[in-house]
Amino acid sequence: MDWTIWLEWFLKGLVLCLALLTGFAYLTLYERRALARIQIRVGPNRAGPQGLLQPIADAVKLIFKEELTPGKVYKVVFLLAPVLTVVPSLIIAAVIPLGTSFPLFGREITLYVADLNVGVLYLTSIASIAVYGIVLAGWSSNNKYAMLGGIRSSAQMISYELSLGLCFVIAIMLGNSMNLNEIVNAQKDMWFALIQPAGALVFLIVTLAEVNRAPFDMPEAEQELTAGYHAEYSGMKFALFFMAEYQKMIVISMIAATLYFGGYREFWFLKDTFLSVDAIWRIGSWQFQAWFLGPIYLLLKVVVLLFFMIWVRATWPRIRYDRLMAFGWKVLLPLSLALAFITAVGILLAQELKNPMIIWGIPVASTIGVLVAVSFIYADLRRKSHGRI
Amino acid sequence: MTSDLIVFLVLALVAISTALGMLFSRNAVYSALYLVLNFVTVAVFYLLLGAPFIAMSQITVYAGAIMVLFLFVIMLLGAESLAPSRSLPWQRPLAIALSIILAVETIYLLFARGPSGAAISAPEASLNTMDSLREMAMELFNLYLLPFEITSILLLVAMVGAIVLTRQEKGGQK
Repeated sequence: MDWTIWLEWFLKGLVLCLALLTGFAYLTLYERRALARIQIRVGPNRAGPQGLLQPIADAVKLIFKEELTPGKVYKVVFLLAPVLTVVPSLIIAAVIPLGTSFPLFGREITLYVADLNVGVLYLTSIASIAVYGIVLAGWSSNNKYAMLGGIRSSAQMISYELSLGLCFVIAIMLGNSMNLNEIVNAQKDMWFALIQPAGALVFLIVTLAEVNRAPFDMPEAEQELTAGYHAEYSGMKFALFFMAEYQKMIVISMIAATLYFGGYREFWFLKDTFLSVDAIWRIGSWQFQAWFLGPIYLLLKVVVLLFFMIWVRATWPRIRYDRLMAFGWKVLLPLSLALAFITAVGILLAQELKNPMIIWGIPVASTIGVLVAVSFIYADLRRKSHGRI
Repeated sequence: MTSDLIVFLVLALVAISTALGMLFSRNAVYSALYLVLNFVTVAVFYLLLGAPFIAMSQITVYAGAIMVLFLFVIMLLGAESLAPSRSLPWQRPLAIALSIILAVETIYLLFARGPSGAAISAPEASLNTMDSLREMAMELFNLYLLPFEITSILLLVAMVGAIVLTRQEKGGQK
């Protein structure tokens, strides 16, 4: 094999990792500033203009902090757990397409690290092994609180993975492929979030639970478990858990954008204008493809989705643990099963009856499904609040 | 081809050593972790054979779901370092007999069937495409529909059984 191919892979992987690390650093600032704004505070604004150097100050602080290793921990696993948490959050981004391709030194550089034909399955498999880091951190700390955090997280992540898988299935059916690139290209005419809005909503809720964000942050509920699975970690080892959580937020927003919000593609109504990623731009006699719009669109979508996560954290109280499990198993799982069924039936009917308008029955039926689920939750809460159990 | 052979040998070494580590480690959590590593190695074998779908399913199902549940139960029961319990008297002879049968079977398949019958060639590259996934699904839901359904009913029965067991315990307390 040509050594330039290896170089290309290496450089693309390096750039992606560095982008995610920088993204993590500035996501912390973004979150703190946005939370502050929602709570009518100012937020960190002292280090650098608008607080832009705050992440660097935080990093320096964490690096020079003393690292404590408690005496009774299981040493090897204790050291391995932060690594096992960070690595999946980085490698999961490998299959996500960031744009089309651009010519450089006479070769076509594609804007993804790996074009895997089973890309969606890759996402599920990496997401499913991401739980190990948290579970092992909880166990190896040899601390009851950390242990409870680890056990809670494993139960929670396994429960919500089922609904997550079904949301992947919806996108696979709509895109008629498991390749993320083809799924993005299938959204050229219409985002899947419009064909299956309920699926996108369920996906966003489930991913909040998968990355242990509020209101599903039971594994690290401060009031009950001190800090949950990373209670015994300090210094850089703690920073790795912190890093993994925020990188997972970024990556999961990228996945949500790719599967439901058109990925790197433009808004569907801009597809034939000069703002499309396929458009040819002419400046004088020099013409080129507008490939650089792809990463910009993706970044915009990711920023909006991240704001959604921060907004949810700022406004919703933490859900009680038994309610969390009941919500996952009794509401989200049947709902996402129904959504997958509705999507499949809609696609099949549109194909068989040769009438593409039937596809718009999918959002209507899905919305009815969501309303049924909401009324079920409402009735349940009402029953509980009146004490007639 | 030699690079494939080197990768295969390294993976085989890792697979065997993790399997042995799973058997001989004293701590149940370490055993489970060795088993996870073993499953991941097997998944890489599938990748080497050009079957990414099976490799990813292997990681998702075994490493991602089943072993997490194992770890969950081990941790919940605090059973990671129990004292070695008294072994069942008939267990050891049965294990020896079964392993001898397995070894005989393997040797028979390797040598009596001849190298031509036993040779495994890598599937064509078409396995990587969506078409082959579609073909696989067609086979699974047409030709092998009955085994598929029976498997799902078995799993359902096991699930109902587990729920019934926990229910009885509660009823007994009342």
